[in-house]
Amino acid sequence: MALMTTDVNDLIRTRLLPFPKRHFLGAQDLDPPDIMNLLDLADVFVDLNRQTTKKLDLLKGRTLVNMFFENSTRTQSSFELAGKRLGADTVNMSMKTSSVAKGETLIDTAVTLNAMKPDLLVVRHSASGAAALLSQKVGCSVINAGDGQHQHPTQALLDMLSIRRAFGHVDGLTIAICGDVSHSRVARSNVILLNAMGANVRLVGPPTLIPGDADEWGTEVYHNMREGIAGANVVMMLRLQLERMDGAFIPSTREYYRFFGLDREKLAVAAKDVRVMHPGPMNRGVEIDSDIADDLSVSLIQDQVEMGVAARMAVLASLAARLEN
Amino acid sequence: MTQSSTALAFVNARLIDPASEYDGPGSVIVVEGVIADVIHGHAVPSGHTGIKVIDCDENALMPGLIDMRVRTGEPGSEPKETLKSACLAAAAGGVTSFVVQPDTDPVIDEPAMVDFILRRARDIELVHVYPAGAATKENKGQKMAEIGLMAEMGALYFTDADQPIVNSKILSRVLSYANGFNALIAHRPKEPWLSEGAVATSGEMAARMGLAGVSALSERIMMERDLALVELTGARFLVDQVSTAEGLSSLERAKTKGLDVYASASINHLVFNEIDIGDYRTFYRLDPPLRAERDRLACVDALANGLIDVVVSNHSPAPAEDKRLPFSEAAPGAIGLQTLLPALIGLHLENDIPLIDILRAVTQNPAQLLGLEAGRIAKGAPADLILVDIEAPFALRERDILSKSKNSPFENRTLQGKVLKTLVDGRIVYQA
Repeated sequence: MALMTTDVNDLIRTRLLPFPKRHFLGAQDLDPPDIMNLLDLADVFVDLNRQTTKKLDLLKGRTLVNMFFENSTRTQSSFELAGKRLGADTVNMSMKTSSVAKGETLIDTAVTLNAMKPDLLVVRHSASGAAALLSQKVGCSVINAGDGQHQHPTQALLDMLSIRRAFGHVDGLTIAICGDVSHSRVARSNVILLNAMGANVRLVGPPTLIPGDADEWGTEVYHNMREGIAGANVVMMLRLQLERMDGAFIPSTREYYRFFGLDREKLAVAAKDVRVMHPGPMNRGVEIDSDIADDLSVSLIQDQVEMGVAARMAVLASLAARLEN
Repeated sequence: MTQSSTALAFVNARLIDPASEYDGPGSVIVVEGVIADVIHGHAVPSGHTGIKVIDCDENALMPGLIDMRVRTGEPGSEPKETLKSACLAAAAGGVTSFVVQPDTDPVIDEPAMVDFILRRARDIELVHVYPAGAATKENKGQKMAEIGLMAEMGALYFTDADQPIVNSKILSRVLSYANGFNALIAHRPKEPWLSEGAVATSGEMAARMGLAGVSALSERIMMERDLALVELTGARFLVDQVSTAEGLSSLERAKTKGLDVYASASINHLVFNEIDIGDYRTFYRLDPPLRAERDRLACVDALANGLIDVVVSNHSPAPAEDKRLPFSEAAPGAIGLQTLLPALIGLHLENDIPLIDILRAVTQNPAQLLGLEAGRIAKGAPADLILVDIEAPFALRERDILSKSKNSPFENRTLQGKVLKTLVDGRIVYQA
């Protein structure tokens, strides 16, 4: 059922609360009530995004800068769409071809950028802590869109939105995060957010891809996939980076697929209503079978992309709500 | 499988079974390749019909030996030794199961190679042969091998054989990864730079003979690193051939800490010492090199008190063309499948260690480490048994050696303990 724009504005007015912090650097910036508020707000944006007219003027006059030091298609376009649908002026800066490539330091870039007076700065960088460093040097709100192996908090938020919409709740669900946890910022943000919302989080993967102390993160650690996903409501697969496949962390892709790739046989031990997620891009036939990835009765992978725009709209709108005019 | 359908009764035997700690008179019934009954004492088994009775004449009936470290030349160096010739030597030596090292050509570093060895062994149908898989691809110490797939295919443990994994990060990852499969990793404690070019243990003897020596400390240095990584990763770990007193101290500390650590020793280092290289006989050119008498005695003690878990033959065939060379140019290694048992009996006699305790290191302990059903005389266990005349003396002559390579350091030495019969899965595969 299509909502009238006036209804949308009413809903937003009741659900939009200022973001609890000036920046969104990690999942720990949110307490459970903040998470619930953001998810409630995002639900409105999901409905809006399914309409022909998707544009609002909540961020009219605001400038959003996407600063991606690492290549990304889906996250960058997701933030770009989110900004545009909220009415912000959105600029993408491709840092690979910019002055950074000519040797400018991250802080110099920040200072230069600051002079252009953006309101919202979305940053992705290959170094853990890069977003936090930038946030100390600029006058605008910084959103971490992935910093090294540290965090990717909007991904965790969109994952939670997908889970909540699929199950109606998050607390009490058993969620198995499988694969290369060691190098995954998605996993780190998800562990924090899911734990905060009362889910039972399991980490599953070979010992070379799970941090040695991960059992202290409030999670259960499994090195056997069948044991790890037994009875799980959600199986969240992680991407295995190509450079880790050839003998350094795992012996080969075929061995990885045999023991840690998600196929029907392994999935059969999960809960009956199991849903499968993946932050993308997928290595089909390595960490996940196409058969599962494309099965819409099981896979939430397409939903995750859709939820991404809505969740980021919720984050941008509430960050802007605490900005000075 | 023709003979295994016959039921056999071994009566009037001295049973020696470390797993049940029994050394005394008894009988064993074998039906369809499996031990159907074990009777302690002199009672004659009854209730079995159509059974062939074998009077053991009070000779020793014990579990067939399990040798965890054997090298053949197959595939890649068949002139040295084939799986068939090694199986014949094993059967004659009372070894009913052995594990081949992965450093063949090509290296056993993927499941198809594991399958190849297992299929060849099935075709030969003599003793059980199991492969150890490579810990790193091509045994090069750089990239982890397919430990999970090889374990699934039947590799019993993982090792780079004589090649130590020098890069600590890689060994640490291998240990950590293997731990996810509860796989056993074996590693040679050999510091590569100290050992480079060495053919003997440094000391008065090597110096007088003009041979390049390596300090016995090379072993301890590598072991300390390895054991620290084991502590970090919690892996199941076998110190592949401890041979020095200092190495044994490191081992003892690690075991006291409760690490999941085991150690093997080669029979050669329990029997010989550096004096044996005195006339430059290349059959005593070994890797690790023979040690001082004090080290040998420490190893014998460690075997007696259980610090050393497993004894291996470290069967390493080297044909004449590789051995008929000056000592420092000769290939290292000695064969040992046929002499492992008499050499162990010799240790028992010379050192007053109960035979049952010595045999534990070639039966019960390796079986437990490798997860084999064999290695014990118990109802339901596979009938891998040997009948041995423990007292019979004999001298090993070159023509008695069944291996294709004849490099035995025991040649022409007087040994004691003759294998009369070897049974594998109830089949008689050797008969004196």
